Amino acid sequence: MLSSYEKELLVTIWERMLPIAEDIGSDALLRMFTTFPKTKTYFAHLDISPRSAHLLSHGKKIVEALLEGAQNITTLTTTLAPLSRFHAYQLRIHPTNFKLLSHCILVTLAINMKDEFDPIAHAAMDKYLSAFAAVLAEKYR
Amino acid sequence: MADWTDAQRKTVASVWGQLDAEIGAHALARVLIVYPWTQRYFGSFGDLSTAAAILGNGKVAAHGKVVLQALEKGVKNVDAIKSTYTDLSRLHCLTLKVDPDNFRLLADCLTIVIATKLGAAFNPQVQATWQKFLSACVIALGSQYV
Ligand code: HEM
Ligand code: HEM
Repeated sequence: MLSSYEKELLVTIWERMLPIAEDIGSDALLRMFTTFPKTKTYFAHLDISPRSAHLLSHGKKIVEALLEGAQNITTLTTTLAPLSRFHAYQLRIHPTNFKLLSHCILVTLAINMKDEFDPIAHAAMDKYLSAFAAVLAEKYR
Repeated sequence: MADWTDAQRKTVASVWGQLDAEIGAHALARVLIVYPWTQRYFGSFGDLSTAAAILGNGKVAAHGKVVLQALEKGVKNVDAIKSTYTDLSRLHCLTLKVDPDNFRLLADCLTIVIATKLGAAFNPQVQATWQKFLSACVIALGSQYV
């Protein structure tokens, strides 16, 4: 459960990331590909080299989706329904990968926010990302 | 066991060299705050009821140092991580009865604390190597569970 303070904190953090969405999202993706190379298999059709146009634009989409989710946290399931259908029926991503991306998003935020990414922010973000991932994986079966 | 290139050995040693003694306490506090079920093992540590209580708990801080000292043995023995942690794995399994899935959570918290300290220098390549090291430790700590 996220407290109302945590919900506000999540919106604040993702609003801060929006102007640098390309950098933040692409950094998290690059970390996922480097630390967990098997995740690259899902992106074989794209150029995912550092700073490539695809990596930047995909990174931006991820940050935008995370901000949208944070702003609509009480209706996460309906807000994310199209994204959930897409990941479940078209992309068919093995659900374990959501944890790997979530971890890399936390690392990216830690690097960007330094000491401001304190245990309170960390706990709120971890809960939010696992709720988000649960919704993305919800339509699987 | 994992193979290590010279560059990877240097990276592990260099990350380790940049950590101060407080890092272990911060990581242990985060695991207790972010994954509250881990508190079940620390009943003797006193007040863990809020994030502030955990961050101010002297036993958590002291135990964080102990954990970090244990990790140093792995850093110094990257070619023999499994045997380095045989006894510690037995202790966590037989005596402490810690669910080994919690080891990865502590490792992840440690990585995130390091990221807040090192900033951009903790680049994707460094992260990947560091996590390769930690995951070898996590596997080793789980190796004696029967
Ligand atoms: C926090 C978790 C995630 C978020 C917020 C997220 C978000 C998104 C968004 C917004 C899109 C674009 C959808 C569109 O174009 O309509 C997308 C596409 C995609 N996602 Fe995810 N995703 C997540 C996890 C993952 C994971 C774990 C993987 C695989 C390891 C993955 C693989 C993909 C792929 C392959 C595409 C299509 C890329 C393309 O062809 O352009 N996603 N995701
Ligand atoms: C990187 C992973 C870990 C390392 C290197 C580590 C290391 C250690 C060390 C060196 C000790 C002291 C052993 C002794 O007294 O001889 C210890 C004790 C202990 N560990 Fe771990 N540990 C790890 C993860 C965990 C996790 C994830 C938990 C539970 C969630 C845990 C629970 C405990 C408990 C309850 C004790 C006894 C504490 C006391 O009463 O003083 N450990 N650990």
